[in-house]
Amino acid sequence: MTSVPLNAYLIVAAILFCIGLYGALTKRNAVIVLLSIELMLNAVNINFIAFARFGLYPGMIGQVFTVFTISIAAVGAAVGIAILIALYRNRGTVNIDEMDLLKR
Amino acid sequence: MIENAWLIPLFPLVAFILLIAFGRRLKESSAWLGILFTLGAFLLSVMTLFERLRLDHSASVVVDWLQIGDHLITMGYEITPLNALMLFIVSLVSLLVHIYSRGYMDGDDRISVFYAYLALFTFSMLGLVIAPNLLQVYIFWELVGVCSFLLVGFYFYKPEAKRAARKAFIMTRIGDVGLFVAMSLLFWQVGSFELAAIFTAVENNELSAGLITLTAILIFVAAIGKSGQFPLHTWLPDAMEGPTPVSALIHAATMVAAGVYLVAVMFPLFEASPAAMNTVAYVGGFTAIFAASIALVQNDIKRVLAYSTVSQLGYMMLALGAAGYVAGTFHLMTHAFFKALLFLAAGSVIHALHKQNIQEMGGLSARMKWTAALFFVGCLSIAGIPPFSGFFSKEEILLTVWQDGRAGLFIVAVFTAFLTAFYMFRLFFLVFSGESRSRDMNQVKESPSVMMFPMLILGILAVGSGFVHTHWFGTFLGDWLISGPASTYGAQAHSETWILILALVVSLLGIGLAYLMYAKRTWDHRALAERLPLAYRVLYNKYYVDEAYRYTFVSGLRGLGIFLNFFDRYVVEGVLRLIHGIMTGIGTVGAKIQNGQVQVYGITMVCGLVILIIGFIMAGGYLR
Repeated sequence: MTSVPLNAYLIVAAILFCIGLYGALTKRNAVIVLLSIELMLNAVNINFIAFARFGLYPGMIGQVFTVFTISIAAVGAAVGIAILIALYRNRGTVNIDEMDLLKR
Repeated sequence: MIENAWLIPLFPLVAFILLIAFGRRLKESSAWLGILFTLGAFLLSVMTLFERLRLDHSASVVVDWLQIGDHLITMGYEITPLNALMLFIVSLVSLLVHIYSRGYMDGDDRISVFYAYLALFTFSMLGLVIAPNLLQVYIFWELVGVCSFLLVGFYFYKPEAKRAARKAFIMTRIGDVGLFVAMSLLFWQVGSFELAAIFTAVENNELSAGLITLTAILIFVAAIGKSGQFPLHTWLPDAMEGPTPVSALIHAATMVAAGVYLVAVMFPLFEASPAAMNTVAYVGGFTAIFAASIALVQNDIKRVLAYSTVSQLGYMMLALGAAGYVAGTFHLMTHAFFKALLFLAAGSVIHALHKQNIQEMGGLSARMKWTAALFFVGCLSIAGIPPFSGFFSKEEILLTVWQDGRAGLFIVAVFTAFLTAFYMFRLFFLVFSGESRSRDMNQVKESPSVMMFPMLILGILAVGSGFVHTHWFGTFLGDWLISGPASTYGAQAHSETWILILALVVSLLGIGLAYLMYAKRTWDHRALAERLPLAYRVLYNKYYVDEAYRYTFVSGLRGLGIFLNFFDRYVVEGVLRLIHGIMTGIGTVGAKIQNGQVQVYGITMVCGLVILIIGFIMAGGYLR
């Protein structure tokens, strides 16, 4: 178990985060954007756990936070999807470019 | 009554406010309201005058108005003999003109406005003549200017009236600047606007001679503007575009005399500076003969009278410049009466005929007996025939000028007296005697009694007012006037018989010449005009002064205006447009960034973060 170094976890987390960021900033489909945000959250979670294990003060706090984050992310995703469905019903699209009501 | 003299100007002020507020509803009866309040002011003025005649000290009340640093600015009033006399003249002529206007302006839609302006003018003029300090003088000085502007432009739908009003305002403004500068200079040097304080400073030699001359001449510049002296005289004849009662009140009897009054009030200051006295005398003398010569050939009844006014005001200035405080003030009083009479009589003619060209009149004496008789009285008075008032005041001026010792000015004054007699009787003969020169004379009727009554009063005064100061019975007015607050009022003139006879002969010569040329037609005046075409044209065109101003000042200023317009449009506005353009550009770019796309914002945030991190790394971990 201890053979995998901290760097590997961090690199995986960074790659995951960048993929999420890229998706969140470039995709036009709102569902994909939501998924990308979840990816970024999970990258953070990996960081938490990695530091909880290999950090300066190893302990349980990081894992506890991860559990919180997962649950809150689930809530966020649920609310986001709900809004998305409401929007889709109203406007017939999930294209994020067309969601510019505030501008008008 | 003299303690309550401040009430006098308030009467017309109240009338003005009432007329402005309720004038539309009052319509024709607004005339009676104006007359009533002016009557109140007049009665108070008479009481003040009589009380002042008994007293031997000036009443003055002064209240604090403003405290600026160490300087206290006050407001109040002062009743010196000169002030009391002016109060009487102004309120009397104003009252008579108010009554006269009831007939003259009958049927005018804006009669309430007219009376409101008249009331405002009366208020300002009365306020001007009781002012004890220069600041108050200046305030009311400007107010009478505004009233003059409003009344000259009363028929504002006529372009000439509009132009004349503008001209009157601008020309007098040029003079007013002089008063303002002089006032500021005196305040700077003396530390007070009070006339008494200024005179004390002059007496104690606290002011340098140069400063006295400078301020005196600047004050005289204001008088030049207001009293229509050369070279700022051109507005006064044009001001005849206003209704005739206004011409009588403002542009003959009272407001234009304010310049003379100002010089008289500031007399101790002028007297301290020989250069200033010279300026006053020479400008006055020149104006007197200059305007009289123009009046010889004018054909508009009101313009002849206007040039006559300019000439007579020049006469008064000449008297004041020759140290004739009494002579100038005395002529101011008699002139107010007979010139107001002449204007009202001319107004009566205009009212009956609806035309002003004297070449189209003639033979009116049969149809308008009273007007003709009263006009004749006015003419005799201004020409200086005893026992009419003009004779005494004119004689006083001639005596003063002679005893002042400037022979040139004396000759000018005598010659002006000749011209005055000539052009006044030319006017009289052309209008009233001989055959009618236009066909519609049959419908001409005498004016209503509401117009004749004021003329009659003025006629009586034009005959009788000279007796208050004669070298035959006693110089009451002069003795009383020089009992005023200042220590000296120049030398009193004493009688010399040959001057008296000379003045009389000269006047009779003028009248006789006018009779031969315009009544008997022994010499045809047209032949004379044809023989001297150049002189006639120059005089007819008023020495081309207006044209000269048009080609120098007016076009010069217009050129400057065009230049400034271009400067404003292309330089000032160019800079503004540049700034405006930059702002709009930034705004447009900013608006493009704010496109409402969450993802663009996200990218911006990430870019910013990346830049921050790079900066962080470059700076070695910390931003210092």
